[in-house]
Amino acid sequence: MTLKNVGKSKPRYNALEHVTGEAKYVDDIFISGTLAVKALRNPVHKGIIRKLDISKAEKLPGVYGVITAADVPCNTYGYLTLDQAVLAEKEARYMGEPIAAVAADTVEIANEALDHIDLDIEKQTPVFDPLEAMKADAPKVRPEGNVLMVGERPYRLVYNGNIEKGFAQADEIVENEFFFPSQEHAPIETQVSLAVPEKDGRLTIHTVTQGMYFLLKQLQRILGQGEDLSHRWAERIKYTPRAHLGFSDIKYVGGNVGGAFGGKTELHADAITALLALKTGRPCKWRWTREEEMLHSARHSPWRMTFKDGVTKDGRIVARQVFSIHDAGAYTGLSSYVVDKHTFYVAGPYYLPNVEVKCSVVYTNKVPTGAIRGFGVTPGTYGCEIQMDMIAERLGIDPWELRFINAMRNGDQLATRTKLDSVYLIETMKKLAEMANHPLDKKYSALTSDPREA
Amino acid sequence: MERREMALLEIKVNGREYQVVVVDATTSLLTVLREHLHITGPKIGCETGDCGACSVLVNGQLRNACLTNALSVRGAEIVTVEGVGGSGKLHAVQKAFYENHASQCGFCTPGMIMASKALLDRNANPSEMEIKEALAGNLSRCGSYKNIISAVKNAAEEMTDGGGDQ
Repeated sequence: MTLKNVGKSKPRYNALEHVTGEAKYVDDIFISGTLAVKALRNPVHKGIIRKLDISKAEKLPGVYGVITAADVPCNTYGYLTLDQAVLAEKEARYMGEPIAAVAADTVEIANEALDHIDLDIEKQTPVFDPLEAMKADAPKVRPEGNVLMVGERPYRLVYNGNIEKGFAQADEIVENEFFFPSQEHAPIETQVSLAVPEKDGRLTIHTVTQGMYFLLKQLQRILGQGEDLSHRWAERIKYTPRAHLGFSDIKYVGGNVGGAFGGKTELHADAITALLALKTGRPCKWRWTREEEMLHSARHSPWRMTFKDGVTKDGRIVARQVFSIHDAGAYTGLSSYVVDKHTFYVAGPYYLPNVEVKCSVVYTNKVPTGAIRGFGVTPGTYGCEIQMDMIAERLGIDPWELRFINAMRNGDQLATRTKLDSVYLIETMKKLAEMANHPLDKKYSALTSDPREA
Repeated sequence: MERREMALLEIKVNGREYQVVVVDATTSLLTVLREHLHITGPKIGCETGDCGACSVLVNGQLRNACLTNALSVRGAEIVTVEGVGGSGKLHAVQKAFYENHASQCGFCTPGMIMASKALLDRNANPSEMEIKEALAGNLSRCGSYKNIISAVKNAAEEMTDGGGDQ
């Protein structure tokens, strides 16, 4: 068979548009009469909203609409855990959480209108450190508790074999703790959203998101379910909005994304521009400033991982126990999925006859975290591979050899008890060693991924 | 709101003359290009002169359009990426970016191309260090730097061979 594309360099499908400047991003779409959007954000880390008066802001010349939680048909959303509000209603759980939003003729007027919103928020004691948040007497980030329950357990658990039996067979115990700090995606294109109410009652939303169908579902829930508030819009706009916006009533338009790296999988701006477009009957565009992007967009979760490994003198890992803490920030977002993937991967691509992985999602009063570069796999690999080097150092074994000894082979099981049948790790490592000019003992260069002898 | 004086800005962009009514003395060249003229090659990345996504040439000099006051460049000749070359007649720099896979998301690309063109206009045969210095004001978050530097080297070779827009 002749290969058409494999092994050949092909131009990027939209590179011609990139180099000529013809590539259109959301902010490059101009529709006359578009209003500028800005949000009033929570000024404290944790607080109870005592008063929120938008009447002065609404009267400011050039302001066409101000929305609060009362304007959101269904004010709870999320990926799996529906715990986040589009606009905070009673309490705000992190600094920068949107509380109200304004649509005005210009960004300057929108910002001025924010100053005319009367917000009285009662400060409460926040908690930032996940280890503090896990204590019984810690301030509550959310009423349900600071740790996400996975069924009956306060952690996600996967295990295989018998961890205690494994430790009993070990000559050495190697225990280490790893930290992975928070990180901002910082795409050069910030969050931008443009919502356009169409004459037929449909709503077009131009989005920068990477996950259109994830967010479409969330948008439909926010705009279309819960209490029917459309009569409030009907008075303000020329046409009659549909009472319940379904999938077919939202025309969600994606396209060129100016960098995302996971940071555009959250509903950062589209729900707010959509609600303002419906309220004002005008196109509404919200482009975040660089400062908003750095401070308020979802970020990489900080992680704390503890590895406890039982190893034999000849370099076999006979027991591996991992406990990870995922600092979710104030809301769940993608955390359940991130923790699933982390739990499945953190023990590494190694043969582990006895393995136990636990991972907790802990809430703190910080910006909610989200997807970035591998949904929790990257921090896990960082922890696991440094642990491998530290085991090699303790045992006085070449770190390459340690990996050959423990490499996963066909027929091995993951911690999830998935039996593997197309493993090429040893072959890959042999190629790598060759490329890196690392000499391998014959014992290892003779290895293959064939099933190990029982 | 304070009363604002209107001013007429005469400006030449990509060879074409424009007259723009500017109502705010603080209006940036970037706002005039994007919002008044809908020339969207120059991008908004930071509005603080840190990312270089809005790079343009003002009378042949590389400038951040976001930090350039529009009324300060009255009568100037502005070149944006659209004026460098279109898809039918790519400039050597654009062709080299295309061929070297020097764009990923493409958002920094217009600015990178302007900074590269500004360099090659004044130095036909730059060293790698000179290329790095010339592009130091332009950020690529995708991390395309390696391919961008290769593209600028290729463009320089092509231009000194007699190709491109001389």
